[in-house]
Amino acid sequence: MTIGRRQFLKAAGAAGILGLLGSSYRIFAPGELEAFTEHKTGASSASRRMSLVVDMKGFPDEASYNKCVEACNNTHNIPHIEDEKHEIKWIWPEKYENAFPDSSDGHLPEQIEKMKFLVLCNHCDKPPCVRVCPTKATFKRPDGIVAMDYHRCIGCRFCMAACPYGARSFNWSDPRPFIKKINPLYPTRTKGVVEKCNFCADRLSRGERPACVEASNGALIFGDLNDMDSDVRKTLRAKYAITRKPDRGTLPGVYYIIGGSSND
Amino acid sequence: MSDKGKAIFVLVIFLAVAAFPFLYNRAASSASPKIELNTPVIDAMRVKQCILPKEKMRHDHMQLLNRWRDEVVRDGQREFGEIDGVKYEKSLQKTCLHCHSNKAEFCDRCHTYASVSVYCWDCHLAPKENKP
Repeated sequence: MTIGRRQFLKAAGAAGILGLLGSSYRIFAPGELEAFTEHKTGASSASRRMSLVVDMKGFPDEASYNKCVEACNNTHNIPHIEDEKHEIKWIWPEKYENAFPDSSDGHLPEQIEKMKFLVLCNHCDKPPCVRVCPTKATFKRPDGIVAMDYHRCIGCRFCMAACPYGARSFNWSDPRPFIKKINPLYPTRTKGVVEKCNFCADRLSRGERPACVEASNGALIFGDLNDMDSDVRKTLRAKYAITRKPDRGTLPGVYYIIGGSSND
Repeated sequence: MSDKGKAIFVLVIFLAVAAFPFLYNRAASSASPKIELNTPVIDAMRVKQCILPKEKMRHDHMQLLNRWRDEVVRDGQREFGEIDGVKYEKSLQKTCLHCHSNKAEFCDRCHTYASVSVYCWDCHLAPKENKP
């Protein structure tokens, strides 16, 4: 059997079109464009949802929140860099108008205006950073913690652009010279990766509480939001709490109880 | 074919240049590295054994570390298991380097010899007493 030139070209063209159609169908198939999230609507009872409640009653002065920041910095080998553009932060104090810009109308009680709110990664239920990460270096664990795999991070900083809370920092240089006291039990990061709070996933695996919670004297309450008897759940049942930038739809896992709204 | 001689001449030169690195390495073969196993922790061990047989570790440690990395970071499975009543964690810093605290004599010697540059140490910390 012989095949003519015209026949060959026709067959090749048809095959090409079929191929294109096939692959484009796969590219745009439902779910293919969805980034990797393990979010489940109506969380099942089996899955845990780690979350944190910040009770502002427990943070009357600078020392009270600095203790928590210090504890985190020392545990995770976080460098202290003076230059604001290069600084690395996992948990840090912020003024009300910066922490809750959507709900500040400029008429704040004096007491709240003076307060500093500890802010950190919100470990969102619907984390935009996870959706944008091209290498799946940032991912959501089944227990709700938004974790990072620094081995995979290529430093593209999409996640930093996506995070509405500014909870991520980029290592513009080798962080090691800026670490005051190295904790030999925890790694450092390297130049060119993004980093953020990990809810002390390694401490949790050993049955310990996060470093900041430990240092907070009860002002930070940590636990499983899906467990009706957990401390966070009990606290949220008893007191009115707010989250940061709720209109972004990220469903943060960090709650704030602001003075004056408590029942006691 | 009057250029036959020239062609062979050039070919010989080419082969000599191409083979030079191999011949050079063969002539200047250096002694294979000796790794140092004696550290305070290992010396104190009753039975001197690694978490897996020596040959397996020598051959597969890189795959093992890669697997550990994924299991720990992505799946949260941190326990390696128990050997002689001692629990081991999947951790380069806390398990491997706990015993092999001599990174320079244990890791670096072979890696340097084999011209392998690993990026483990960009983040993971080697014990203090053995500054590279």
